[in-house]
Amino acid sequence: MRLEPRDHLPPWLALATPLIAVAAALALAGGLIALAGAPVLRAYGLIVTEAFGSRLAATETLTRAIPLILTGLAAAVAFRARLWNIGAEGQLYLGAVAAVTVSSLLIPDWPPIVQIPVLLVAGAAAGMVLLLLPLWLRLRFQVDEVVTTLLLNFVAVLFVSMLIDTVLKDPMAFGWPQSLPISDNGMLPRLVARSRLHVGLVIAVALALVVWFVQARTTFGLQSRAAGLSPGGAVFAGVPLGRTLVLVAMISGGLAGLAGAVEVMGVKGYVTTDLSPGYGYSGIVVAMLAGLNPLGVVAAALFTAMMYVGADGMSRAMGIPTYIADVTVALSLLSMLVALFFTRYRIRR
Amino acid sequence: MNEMMDILGSAGLWAAVLRIATPLIFGTLGALLCERAGVLNLGIEGIMTFGAMAGWLAVYQGCDLWTGLLVAAICGGIFGALHAGLTVTLGLSQHVSGLGVTLFAASLSYYLFRLMVPVAGTPPTVTPFAPVHIPVLSDLPFLGAALFNQTAPTWLAIGLAIALAWVLFRTPLGLAIRMTGENPQAADAQGLNPTALRYGAVIAGSALMAVGGAFLTLSAFNSFFPTMVQGRGWICIALVVFASWRPGRALLGALLFAFFDAFQLRLQTVLTGDLPYQIFLMIPYILSIVALAVMARRARVPQALMKPYRRGERI
Amino acid sequence: MTPILEIEHVSKSFGTTRANDDISLTLAQGEIIALLGENGAGKTTLMSILSGHYTPDSGIIRVAGAVLPPGRPRMAIRAGIGMVYQHFSLAPNLTVLENVMTGTESLWSPRSNTAAGRAKLLALSRKFGLAVDPDARLGDLSVGEQQRVEILKALYNDVRILVLDEPTAVLTNIEAEHLFATLKGMARQGLSLIFISHKLPEVMATADRILVLRGGRLVAERRAAETSRAELAELMVGRAVTRPVRDAATPGAVVLELTDVTLREAGVNRLKSVGLHLREGEVLGIIGVSGNGQKPLAALLGGTARRSGGEVRLFGQPIGNLTVTDAIAAGIGRIPEDRNHEGVVGEMAIWENVVLERIGDYSRHGFVDRQAGMADAERIMAEFDVRGGGAARPIRLLSGGNVQKLILGRNLSRRPRILIAAQPARGLDEGAVAAVHERILAARRAGTAVLLISEDLDEVMALSDRIQAIVGGRLSPPVAAEGADARRLGLMMAGDWMEAEDAS
Repeated sequence: MRLEPRDHLPPWLALATPLIAVAAALALAGGLIALAGAPVLRAYGLIVTEAFGSRLAATETLTRAIPLILTGLAAAVAFRARLWNIGAEGQLYLGAVAAVTVSSLLIPDWPPIVQIPVLLVAGAAAGMVLLLLPLWLRLRFQVDEVVTTLLLNFVAVLFVSMLIDTVLKDPMAFGWPQSLPISDNGMLPRLVARSRLHVGLVIAVALALVVWFVQARTTFGLQSRAAGLSPGGAVFAGVPLGRTLVLVAMISGGLAGLAGAVEVMGVKGYVTTDLSPGYGYSGIVVAMLAGLNPLGVVAAALFTAMMYVGADGMSRAMGIPTYIADVTVALSLLSMLVALFFTRYRIRR
Repeated sequence: MNEMMDILGSAGLWAAVLRIATPLIFGTLGALLCERAGVLNLGIEGIMTFGAMAGWLAVYQGCDLWTGLLVAAICGGIFGALHAGLTVTLGLSQHVSGLGVTLFAASLSYYLFRLMVPVAGTPPTVTPFAPVHIPVLSDLPFLGAALFNQTAPTWLAIGLAIALAWVLFRTPLGLAIRMTGENPQAADAQGLNPTALRYGAVIAGSALMAVGGAFLTLSAFNSFFPTMVQGRGWICIALVVFASWRPGRALLGALLFAFFDAFQLRLQTVLTGDLPYQIFLMIPYILSIVALAVMARRARVPQALMKPYRRGERI
Repeated sequence: MTPILEIEHVSKSFGTTRANDDISLTLAQGEIIALLGENGAGKTTLMSILSGHYTPDSGIIRVAGAVLPPGRPRMAIRAGIGMVYQHFSLAPNLTVLENVMTGTESLWSPRSNTAAGRAKLLALSRKFGLAVDPDARLGDLSVGEQQRVEILKALYNDVRILVLDEPTAVLTNIEAEHLFATLKGMARQGLSLIFISHKLPEVMATADRILVLRGGRLVAERRAAETSRAELAELMVGRAVTRPVRDAATPGAVVLELTDVTLREAGVNRLKSVGLHLREGEVLGIIGVSGNGQKPLAALLGGTARRSGGEVRLFGQPIGNLTVTDAIAAGIGRIPEDRNHEGVVGEMAIWENVVLERIGDYSRHGFVDRQAGMADAERIMAEFDVRGGGAARPIRLLSGGNVQKLILGRNLSRRPRILIAAQPARGLDEGAVAAVHERILAARRAGTAVLLISEDLDEVMALSDRIQAIVGGRLSPPVAAEGADARRLGLMMAGDWMEAEDAS
């Protein structure tokens, strides 16, 4: 028995791969649910109904998917150019705090039509800055960006925590560590009345389309793909490697920063240090499940959001630890990796 | 200035240095062993978390402390086998596989912990390792309290650094591991089995990482709580580069790093109110980044690090 | 007397290709045999079976009469089979002694006996005249010294049968002559040798017997004394193949001129005061063992490196450092030395590999004109006989020869004024070599100035009008091809002109 590289991948298999991976992850998670003594099949059913069973649940799942689409895109864009941005979590926090700072301290009275775009840009810019630093370290000192972006996540959250304690401290919060609120003019409009679902969903899906279009159709998309697949080949063909990576980093960091800005402008209105339950890290899972395809990111983000909302509700209903959602999401990443292997190789006897 | 001198002169600081360094020594040695064989193991953060949980839980369920460490090591080895399966057998991206292992191991440890230990107002505790009393040395004035008032795993960590240096640079096995990390093709040509060597190194290295995690719950603290590893795993990965993949320097690096950490902790209490405490907490992470920037270009990276090897496929 | 090695009816298939088809051969003690064959003839597969890295589908191997268990590298080593690979199996970060001792002791021994290892290595190095410093870091050694280490590594394992894969590929003629003298000495001391090559002269000069492999089958066996180069060439290729040879022509104006050019990289002078000029309609051959500055020279002219001093004139005008885009816009075509890592991006489609280096020509307001790219790619594939499917398939699915034809095509279809061709025929089979050479000569006839960088003497002599040697980052003065023979070029590659220059 030996492995043999596949010549080409049939389209049905490319589409089926993430589904197979997710099924495998759910089966494995089923074992853990059973370990907790809960009926597995009912648990699966509950995940779906808790995520989509009511109008409230469905809007909640969609709301959760918004930051996941954005961080998933951030990871997909970067990974495609072999830029290992694992720092989306930190970039998200900086994006959120940038939006809050600009809105509450600088331009609280500007009308929404101007203020909202300015805040979004501020959030994206903050995310970019946080990724350009590790990229600079890589280009200048050959430091692996995986470790630096990971370490910067901790620095970013501490930085946000410091701001919340000092210049951004909300005096009305009775000592709770939370930031000044975004001005009402800076909040994103609701998409569906009597829910938390906001316009961020439109922004995220539109950006997925834009990113897909840029990657598939533009010269920059072609060059950044070449840079990721073969740096030597790209340099020989005249692709400006440094400039391409800087652009990729700006897009990736910008999307992650935007995730933070959109989350704070759409849902909470203020920043705390538990703003994100690991959206930055889940974005990596989303991107991998999507096969780094920007349109696939939307679907993968929906699945991941469903796991978080649905498994959360399910675990409460059945009295098992809520961490089952995180376990399932992590398992789907691992299953997807194995599945990806079999899209590249086949077993021959 | 006087305050600084007071801090440096306190036995508590130096005792804390060794205590803070211990999990980093275990983790760094583990990561170093994996990388010497050519595998970057970013599963470290999750493996340390799982080790912390598994070791604690074993003791909480009635095992003795050493059995707790052993349980942690075995669990670490299992996650190591998982990472090796993904990266060695399947040849998948070591970056993404490692992150996957971290996400899985960390979330699984939280899940199992919650499953076994119901929510309570105060987290349940175990009786941790007690400091080992060394005749004469522990009774020395100042030095006794500063250096010779540590728990057994700390001495184990220091001993392991020396042992790993010996294995890597003085034994045939160590040479085989290093050759696998430099050129698996050459190891194969000499009749060695690079796949088995990589599996062995990753499993053993992951076991060390998990023991480092267990030190947190069985010696430094006495309970387990989520996110308690706090990026220590990533710091270990940075320390491996800082140490140029040498166990002796890894030991020194971890001690140096722990010194800064212990120092800032004490400085925080002295300078309270002058600076936000978050500044101090950032120092370890920023130091790690600086260490990477300084050392990355000078270090002699194992040539086959992150390169999968499959017989018959040229790399 | 029992032969030291008997290979009996060995076959091995990969998928539908039969890499080795019923191969049998014997090797006597103290004998040197040569395995001759093109790429893909099955030489490497046979070697991997012998070393235990592949398991044959059928057939057996005996060493000194005893059956060798298949697929067990350790057993092959223990039986006394030693390998010297073309791409050395060495680790640059480890010392010579460490490289040699890897895997020679029991893995579970608590301590390496380096003293004994060092003594044994030094004894071997004296016995066979292979001088090395055991404590040198391997990466600091020259290629010739590294090959010595590779041979010593095999000897250290007490070999009885030494197999060498293309051992002269990385050596100068003079180093190669030393090597063959050493190998003959080894045979006199009782070692048996198999060496694998496709170079006829060295095979004829060194081996006692020559076995010719073609398409996985052993097609002929000749005593070296009873055959000729012409016969061997035909046996190897299966038909009479003649490589094209240039015809006389009068070169035109000088298009490219380098004066006193130096290039420093990471603190090392890769090019030292290099001078050359290149005319329309001529081929200037740069001969030399790889690693002597060919890469920086090609990179400098192709736009991926910057010089640190000296003057470059392009079409008579002094120019600064070229970028890739400048170079292509100026009409410089480029064939890279490493076609898989530089020439193409394997995972990208064929048409994308055609448009990538000319992305500006295929860009409309920043969008890629896919239709034009596909059309051009298909045109090039038809014109240059690139086989292997449609332009939308990933280029990694093409064979080496077809990849090279595509690279040639994407350059030559634009009628470049200058062509920088680095090792254009390396690793191709004889048919593809002839095709590549024919294209280069056609370009020359059309007035293109060709800079041919190669380490293949035959290639350089057949195609070039003038020849310069590159040694240690320096270029020799040019000699006319008419006055050059293998011996003269060999001396040039060894740097004999430097002494003359230093003296003057």
